[in-house]
Amino acid sequence: MTNTIGCIEKADVILVTGSNTTENHPVLSSFVKRAVTFKNARLIVVDPRRIKLTSFAHQWMRQNLGTDVVWINGLMHVIIKEDLYDREFVAKRTDGFDELRKLVEKFTPEHVEEITGIPAQQLIDVARMYAGAKAGSILYCMGITQHTHGTDNVKSLANLAMLCGNLGIEGGGVNPLRGQNNVQGACDVGGLPNVFTAYQPVTNPDAVKKMEEAWGVSGLSDKVGLKVTEMLPKAHDGEFKALYIIGENPLVSDPDLNHAEQCIKNLEFLVVQDIFMTETARLADVVLPSACFAEKEGTFANTERRVQRVRKAVDPPGQAWDDWKITCEIATRMGYAMSYESSEAIHEEIRTVTPSYAGITYPRIEEEGIHWPCPAEDHPGTPVLHTAQFPIGKGKFHAIDYIPPAENTDEEYPMYLTTGRVIYQYHTGTMTRKTEGLNERAPESFVEISPKDAGQYELKDGDWVQVASRRGDITARIRFSDKAVEGTVFIPFHFAEAAANRLTHAALDPVSGIPEYKVCAVKLSKAA
Amino acid sequence: MSENRIVINGNDFSFEPEETILQVASRNHIDIPTLCHLKGAAPTGECRICMVEVEGAQALVAACSGPAENGMVVQTESPKVIESRRMTLQLMLSSGNHNCAVRGSDDKDWTQFQLAVQKEDGSPQLCPVWGDCRLQDLAYRYQVSGERFPKTDTPYPMETVNPFIVRDFSRCILCGRCVQACNDIQVNQAIHFGNRGAATKIIAAGDRPLKDSDCVFCGECVQVCPVGALVEKDAKYKVRPWETKKVRTTCSYCGVGCQLHLHVKEGKVVKVTGAEDIPPNYGSLCVKGRFGFDFVNSPERLTTPLIREEDGEFREASWDEAIDLVAKRLGEIKEKHGGDTFGMLTSARITNEENYIAQKFARAVMKTNNVDHCARL
Ligand code: SF4
Ligand code: SF4
Ligand code: FES
Repeated sequence: MTNTIGCIEKADVILVTGSNTTENHPVLSSFVKRAVTFKNARLIVVDPRRIKLTSFAHQWMRQNLGTDVVWINGLMHVIIKEDLYDREFVAKRTDGFDELRKLVEKFTPEHVEEITGIPAQQLIDVARMYAGAKAGSILYCMGITQHTHGTDNVKSLANLAMLCGNLGIEGGGVNPLRGQNNVQGACDVGGLPNVFTAYQPVTNPDAVKKMEEAWGVSGLSDKVGLKVTEMLPKAHDGEFKALYIIGENPLVSDPDLNHAEQCIKNLEFLVVQDIFMTETARLADVVLPSACFAEKEGTFANTERRVQRVRKAVDPPGQAWDDWKITCEIATRMGYAMSYESSEAIHEEIRTVTPSYAGITYPRIEEEGIHWPCPAEDHPGTPVLHTAQFPIGKGKFHAIDYIPPAENTDEEYPMYLTTGRVIYQYHTGTMTRKTEGLNERAPESFVEISPKDAGQYELKDGDWVQVASRRGDITARIRFSDKAVEGTVFIPFHFAEAAANRLTHAALDPVSGIPEYKVCAVKLSKAA
Repeated sequence: MSENRIVINGNDFSFEPEETILQVASRNHIDIPTLCHLKGAAPTGECRICMVEVEGAQALVAACSGPAENGMVVQTESPKVIESRRMTLQLMLSSGNHNCAVRGSDDKDWTQFQLAVQKEDGSPQLCPVWGDCRLQDLAYRYQVSGERFPKTDTPYPMETVNPFIVRDFSRCILCGRCVQACNDIQVNQAIHFGNRGAATKIIAAGDRPLKDSDCVFCGECVQVCPVGALVEKDAKYKVRPWETKKVRTTCSYCGVGCQLHLHVKEGKVVKVTGAEDIPPNYGSLCVKGRFGFDFVNSPERLTTPLIREEDGEFREASWDEAIDLVAKRLGEIKEKHGGDTFGMLTSARITNEENYIAQKFARAVMKTNNVDHCARL
């Protein structure tokens, strides 16, 4: 997030899109609900489903799946045409405005309505509402990123925020909500193929040299590595030989699971390090037991870039070890000594090679976490980013045109499928499904459908239905819901036995490598 | 100069406009007891325990809602104040099954009362929050028992038909904190005050059980309930505060990073509460963070390294053997096919330190940048 969670209550307009906040980030959603209920903030929700937050919203725009670039460009069209944008911010702090203006010219409210289904007048009203904010906050999640053009969606939202001068101010910002507790941290410390810690590019010779010196090695690769979604297909072709997977379960979370399974089986060697025998671990050559969050010391970085402590409360079961200890031991036996006394010792090393973490020490975050960038021990941390300037100097507008989703409905596969989570379960369910109470509340997969669509297939609430896409099929129960939109079904992806990802499409965003989980075409039939 | 001054217990303090007497007092470490007052929500003045004496005022004033005024002279523990608090407490104690030691243990009535409560509770033990109850604390502080007034019968049975929360109306003092927590803090709008007068009850959606209401089991109400009227089902009668140690940590589910306390008993996590007064969550949690910790103690946890045999089955192995095997195989693959045929998937669920070590391993040992995690997924 460019801003903090607390900042949400300082916004006077909040735009939430592609985030079922009350179910996926419940505590953060309270900040939104409080802002609206008690602080007079206006709420705009843009979502294809009638999610809970729509009942708090002043405006709910219901877009057709995969048309986000269109409504965002449409908003900017109106804002520029009616001269509601922040001229000073655009002049002083941005580049590329003219290209943007030219591009959005054709996104008239009428044109937008044709593609997105959002009524022209509503688009105009929403544009005025957002542009009228003193501080407008944009919150988004996987509903924006999990598309073949997810990167375009994100850049478009940044365009919108810059256009209205909503960056670098309290209560503003473009705020991605991270779905997993330490996504932010995993990226910060170099868990990505193109960057070292603190996003230092692996292609930058200076960065390579710095790391070689810090680590006492030579010959680090300066070639961008493969993303997970690129590794698997290469394994299928036999070009890729070995994977070491820590705490992930791609065999429920990956798109087009049937294919992913083939790829993984094709590996020469697979090591899985986890707390449970997951679907993925079952295919491993070696399984290594690790400690869970309650059994170790360390830090996580949350969605607002706040680095916070993790502390050991109980001992790990049996012989399970801390993840870092296992990896260090393997390295050492391969001839590169890695040994640390504690996670704090590792953190001290991170500080030396990670400028944004340099000032964050364990004693400093004993009570309260600190927002990076925090370059020095006397630096208070940075709750709001870009207050004076962007890392690249001026903010760049990206003129982005609309590209339809990779797969559309047709006669054979007439319904859209979109996937996501429910409040009582988490990700692939390996953790939450161990709590009986959570299972009692959300015991099994389901297919959320509007009663009208169900009627066409003569399906009743609770019936078993087979859902098939070009890639596979699953069987689950029908659930009538007023959250559903006509023409679209929703399936949560937590449940391995009816894994939504047997259906999803592995078409990737060319930049982020994120699969299009949020749109694919399916057909339904009553299960025998 | 001395525009905004107030005298509390003989000491002179300055205050900001719109501060309440309670706020000025607590800022200056003067302890005024409260029950219904909930930080972050507007004061309701429901419980009357925070009453203080203000010079020149006809009646006692509720400190939680009474604004500080210039020249005010306040007594927080005067005889009048104490008399009022004792009365309030006595009424509360007689309102239901408050069977902790405060209810006249020297009286023969005790047994009768205790037996009656035991029957309703289905347990021979004292109140489930014994030792962790605001009402009990205050009863000790002001030396009152529940004997002054006869026990009123509790008209509503206990609700146990959901997996997480037990609602015991017999111990509810109608302070309204749960209602505020639900409506003003979490804004789930699931529970409200229902009925009137003596029949008053905290109800959900037309007096239905929580499981059939808008409740999403965030458990904020349990955390704020000052007495034993709302308790975690799993912890009820099993976890006593003096048996546990609390460890502050960060939630392991979503990216909000809520700060929480793991309550540990005999080496096991038995309960979770939100860490109050600290960002980002200021005490709030969701159902996963508060109740979804069973996986830690799960018998399905992996406890030993496993190696796959020729026949495809796993067998248990020592760390020594497993690590040797991994080191050998990865070494061979690097040698034969090059480090770029290896990939490391680190995790959005392990610590920064562990992610750092994982990527360092891929880069420094395997000499590849094939490092990623499943966050995009
Ligand atoms: S249930 Fe607890 S918090 Fe709610 S009104 Fe009763 S005593 Fe107060
Ligand atoms: S308690 Fe809930 S909202 Fe808070 S971090 Fe955990 S999962 Fe997220
Ligand atoms: S705390 Fe003031 S009336 Fe309850």
